[in-house]
Amino acid sequence: MADDRLVIAGREFKSRLWVGTGKYKDFAETKKAIEMSGADVVTVAVRRVNITDRSKENLLDYIDPKKYTILPNTAGCYTVEDAVRYSRLARAAGVSDLVKLEVLGDERTLFPDTAGLIEAAKILVKEGFIVLPYTNDDPIVAQKLVDVGCPAVMPLAAPIGSGLGIRNPYNLKIIMEMIKVPIIVDAGVGTASDAAFAMELGADAVLMNTAIAGAQDPLAMAEAMKYAVYAGRLAYKAGRIPRKLYATASSPIEGML
Amino acid sequence: MQNAIKIHVNGEERAWRSGATVSDLLTELDIKTERVAVELNLEILDRAAFDQRQIKDGDRVEIMSFIGGGSSSRGQHGR
Repeated sequence: MADDRLVIAGREFKSRLWVGTGKYKDFAETKKAIEMSGADVVTVAVRRVNITDRSKENLLDYIDPKKYTILPNTAGCYTVEDAVRYSRLARAAGVSDLVKLEVLGDERTLFPDTAGLIEAAKILVKEGFIVLPYTNDDPIVAQKLVDVGCPAVMPLAAPIGSGLGIRNPYNLKIIMEMIKVPIIVDAGVGTASDAAFAMELGADAVLMNTAIAGAQDPLAMAEAMKYAVYAGRLAYKAGRIPRKLYATASSPIEGML
Repeated sequence: MQNAIKIHVNGEERAWRSGATVSDLLTELDIKTERVAVELNLEILDRAAFDQRQIKDGDRVEIMSFIGGGSSSRGQHGR
């Protein structure tokens, strides 16, 4: 599958596993986990620089923007204004025009405010951003995001950090069939089989953070996720057999005594 | 010319001197200009403007950068 590249807005990506950088023990572990995962897209949050303790290291000293595509996100933004402001700050900080756009609707579920999301996406697309929106598993909203110019859509599998896995495979499948841009399943994956399942459904990529960073052995889980995404993609392309209620012998009757 | 003024940097009040630029402030705080964004009174500054823009009394400066984070958390993500 060497030529099985993911292309979004003219950019080519080698890995179909994208990873977050939060919740690790330290930057060294973050770096190692990313290496083990094989991901070439790494999402980061935008926050105030710590001006009182300048001894704190910078994440990008560990994750080389020349080696990885840095995908800034608007994590923590609950209004259109905030999401737009953080996106502009991310671009001004100078890594790229990409943004993983989040406009959240509720603190307990961290579900997206999809009306706000569409509005923010519209504004940012006009400003030249490559907007990758974190959205609900709603095919109609996904289509609206494409209509305002998003070159990919990132529906959730389950609430962020929940590890519940693919809660609504049928909606995700409908999104994958209806929407003509790459679909990246973002959030909710708990273990390798969840990632493989997302890819088997036809996802173009999977983005995760907690499933790796929160595992007892993050580096081993990072590697497991790499193979899960790869295996799921292969299986999707291979085309699975249909489900049948009864057995079908796989050995011939002919030649039996 | 070196009169003391008060400004807010990342939400904290700070004594500063009039006539100094954004670049001067970043230098003083030991912050490398690469990969930071500076917002002055809600206006995001072009990097090229750091050397010219002077910070005035009462100004609010936000200096932003990238930290570990995947998806949303309520407040501080990662560390």
